[in-house]
Amino acid sequence: MDQETKVIKVRNMYKKFGDFIANDDLSFDVFKGEIFGFLGANGAGKTTAIRILCGLSYPTSGEIEVAGFNVYKQRELLKRKIGYMSQKFSLYEDLTVYENIRFYGGIYGLPLKEIKRKATDLLQRLNLEAVRDTRIGELPLGWKQKLAFSVALIHEPEIIFLDEPTGGVDPITRRQFWDLIYEAAKSGVTIFVTTHYMDEAEYCDRISIMVDGKIEALDTPDHLKEQFNAETMNDVFLRLAR
Amino acid sequence: MRTIRYILQKEFLQIFRNKGMLPIIFILPVIQLCVLTFAATYDMKNTNIYIVDKDVSKHTQEIIGKFENSSFFTITGIGFSEAIAEDEFLKDRTDAILVFNKGFGNNLDKREDAPVQLLVNSIDARAASLFGMYIVEVLQEYNTKVITTNSPVGKSALSQRITTSYNHFYNPEMDYISYMLPGILVILVTVIGLFLSAMNVVREREIGTIEQINVTPIKKYQFLIGKLIPFIVIGFFELGVGLLVAGFIFKIPFLGSAWLIYLVASVYLLTILGLGLFISTQTETQQQAMFIAWFIMVIFIMMSGLFTPVESMPEWGQKLNIINPVAYFIKVIRMIMMKGSGFHDIKQYIGVLLVYAVCAISFAVNRYRKVA
Repeated sequence: MDQETKVIKVRNMYKKFGDFIANDDLSFDVFKGEIFGFLGANGAGKTTAIRILCGLSYPTSGEIEVAGFNVYKQRELLKRKIGYMSQKFSLYEDLTVYENIRFYGGIYGLPLKEIKRKATDLLQRLNLEAVRDTRIGELPLGWKQKLAFSVALIHEPEIIFLDEPTGGVDPITRRQFWDLIYEAAKSGVTIFVTTHYMDEAEYCDRISIMVDGKIEALDTPDHLKEQFNAETMNDVFLRLAR
Repeated sequence: MRTIRYILQKEFLQIFRNKGMLPIIFILPVIQLCVLTFAATYDMKNTNIYIVDKDVSKHTQEIIGKFENSSFFTITGIGFSEAIAEDEFLKDRTDAILVFNKGFGNNLDKREDAPVQLLVNSIDARAASLFGMYIVEVLQEYNTKVITTNSPVGKSALSQRITTSYNHFYNPEMDYISYMLPGILVILVTVIGLFLSAMNVVREREIGTIEQINVTPIKKYQFLIGKLIPFIVIGFFELGVGLLVAGFIFKIPFLGSAWLIYLVASVYLLTILGLGLFISTQTETQQQAMFIAWFIMVIFIMMSGLFTPVESMPEWGQKLNIINPVAYFIKVIRMIMMKGSGFHDIKQYIGVLLVYAVCAISFAVNRYRKVA
């Protein structure tokens, strides 16, 4: 992690839906190559914030810069630099693994040669060469999610946003998924990840915990445990969320 | 451009992989075209007639003979009682009742007025006026014959100064199929195009892939063009199959240029597909999109002049049709196929459709939001 370079700068970000304030005065920085955990109960406003940072939703107010681009005016430039994997699974079930890779690579403007090379590479790394021409719909959820993660990295983004990427998968696959995340982080990609698995929170470099639209705590897991005098992140979370 | 190619590739793969939709797209329209064209006909091939003959004279026998010899009429019964005849009416066994009262023949011989009563089932007003007219024609003809044969001056007794000679232009055999098939073909192309496009973007929203698309730097127009082209290709295919069916199965005369039909179709399809994609970008579920598309479709079809001539619609209806692309295409395809109209005869319609196409597509591109 590079403590000098801020790849996400958020100052006083608000998002209101009528009277409801989903994001209430959020301010934080994320550094290059960091694994930044974004925790919170259901409905705390995590997804709303992540959608704003990805340029999928307008903030109500606040200064927000992602990968050096302004989220109000430079959304399309910003999108070249980020990857996104949502909790709603988003590869095409009726296309094969390779067809999905080719499609997403294609719309990011990669040359076909490079797409092919990356596909081979990616399948090798995931150990999924055998299912290259199998339709996504026929694969188990864990495989799909690993694929979705790798496809979201196909255009070599600076930051990848993961919105509850491990929802509904078994502990072993979750562990394998986190290996992929570490690998990406090591290569310099910044990881912005939401989760409500507290064991996963321990894997992050820094964590912010959202409660009712506000960031209530932001630090490394060790500091947080110290600060709240807790044994595990689970205890930290319960203390804050109550 | 390359981006669009990748979208196209993906869309075509998905269309051809959807085993449930393929027959609906490619086979059903052909079946519908064949069945509907035969079924939706206004040609009257047969009228049932019941005759109440209280006179039983040489004249009534001769008139009945005329009806019997006509292939257009089927005599369902001859009786003496109007009550029985009316019963036939109620049971829907006959379309018309012809009543000869006692003394009919005598009066004719004496060259006095000989009234005949004709009762017509007019539930279907259009049909009733037509076969009513045919029956009167048969009686009229007999009347003329009686007058001229009994008159010392022969045929000249009938002072007929104005004679009309008919020439049925553009559909000399008055074949209803030649008229209906192009219209039905337009409807089929429209239904397939509108529904497929209306369901498309919203489907991606339902399964969640739209988020993944929206987070890429893809341009809105690239995405929508990638969605449009496959449906234009499908529309062209349907149209081509339809025209082949028209030529080889129904043997409909085809006077104009198929290329010209395709030119109009390309503009027309842009309108319909633009509208479909607009619906798709504005809805949250495929169900909503279906209902809206269906609602619009019904109005378009009912107002289009497929079944009822636009010219006989009330003024407001005709005005409403100014914005009905289906009405334009039905009119133009009939003009091209049946009259052999050329580009210069229809260019104003192409112009109007072009305006709609531009509007519909810009609406769709404009209303499709990558950011909420």
